[in-house]
Amino acid sequence: MEETKQNVTINKAWKLMEDVYDPEIPVLSIIDLGIVRDIQLSNDAIEIFITPTYSGCPVMDVISMNIRIALTENGFKKIKITQQLSPAWTTDWMIENGKEKLKAYGITPPIGKSFDKKYLEELKVECPHCHSLNTKLISQFGSTACKALYQCNDCLEPFDYFKCH
Amino acid sequence: MENNLFNYTLHLADNSLTMGHRLSEWTGHGPMLEQDIAISNIALDLIGQSRNFYQYAAALKDDSVTEDLLAYLRDAREFKNLLITEIPNGDWAKTIMKLFLFSTYQFCFYQKLIDSSDKQLAAIAEKSLKEVTYHVRWSSEWVIRLGDGTEESNKRIKLAMEEVWPFTGEMFQPAEYESLLINNRISVDVSEIKNDWMGRVKSVLEEATLSYPEDKNTWMQTGGKNGIHTEHLGYLLAEMQFLQRAYPGCEW
Repeated sequence: MEETKQNVTINKAWKLMEDVYDPEIPVLSIIDLGIVRDIQLSNDAIEIFITPTYSGCPVMDVISMNIRIALTENGFKKIKITQQLSPAWTTDWMIENGKEKLKAYGITPPIGKSFDKKYLEELKVECPHCHSLNTKLISQFGSTACKALYQCNDCLEPFDYFKCH
Repeated sequence: MENNLFNYTLHLADNSLTMGHRLSEWTGHGPMLEQDIAISNIALDLIGQSRNFYQYAAALKDDSVTEDLLAYLRDAREFKNLLITEIPNGDWAKTIMKLFLFSTYQFCFYQKLIDSSDKQLAAIAEKSLKEVTYHVRWSSEWVIRLGDGTEESNKRIKLAMEEVWPFTGEMFQPAEYESLLINNRISVDVSEIKNDWMGRVKSVLEEATLSYPEDKNTWMQTGGKNGIHTEHLGYLLAEMQFLQRAYPGCEW
């Protein structure tokens, strides 16, 4: 019985995480991004384990604060947020639904799973606007560390590509 | 033993912070927008890595030691970074050459540190390695572009090579605190990664039409790991630490 009650609380916390968004890519929740590793409950304290995307990602602090706000607003009192570095976050953890949302937002989601086997130049990156595969790499670093900048040779629009990581 | 681990962690933190700070000096001054953004992003990665190391170093001490204190309130003599990370940026070619040689070192180094018996160092290495892979790729392409580019770019990257090369020897000479951690597999034996580094550096230089300096007589600068620095670190810290020195305990 006690265990069931605990599970209800933990599930509630998981559900709440679906409404915590990445401030830099506001269409993706932290669940879509796959950065919530675990949620545990002990002695009435809820502990959220998150994995940073990039070491220097400036929004991790904002995300932690937003997690805290979401939980506080829903009756959680004792909240602990723990950053877990290992295993290191990878774009493979981004859920399919998240990738679709990213695409609709105008950012091409990461292609494939292998991080360092393919060089950026060899990838066929689809333009999120006209869906052409005739695109070129402009810069390996885009508006944030997690993205590269591409341009479509057909519609000529520049666009962001979320790099495999 | 504990103090060796603390010093070793600081050495790794100081490397990333100092290099990250130097690269951040390009922010707003890059030769073109995309490269300005790229180098600022690389700086951000490095500063993020240094935070992970400083947080770990602080955790090894009592509560009075914080990551901010370690980064912003130590003097030059206490910094343990490699000298290559503190020397001034110079022109774009020199910045690129510094980053290329240093990133390639970090790449070879982190590949070993992920097997460290110290779980936290291994975790930071695993995280950092992914980022550094991009730094190596980006800086290698620039070395090739400059070396195999115009007469002017070739002249500049060659000069950069001459200026930066004497700072590479130190990478492969362990400090005492580092050596003492090798036996229990906490630290990486840096003398063992030299061949890997050399191979990677050589192949990029070759593509860039540059030659690898084989001269064994090059005087190699050392001291950084033990707190003996060039005069440039003091100026770097004066700027980087200004806020914490002027407004102690300031947070935002």
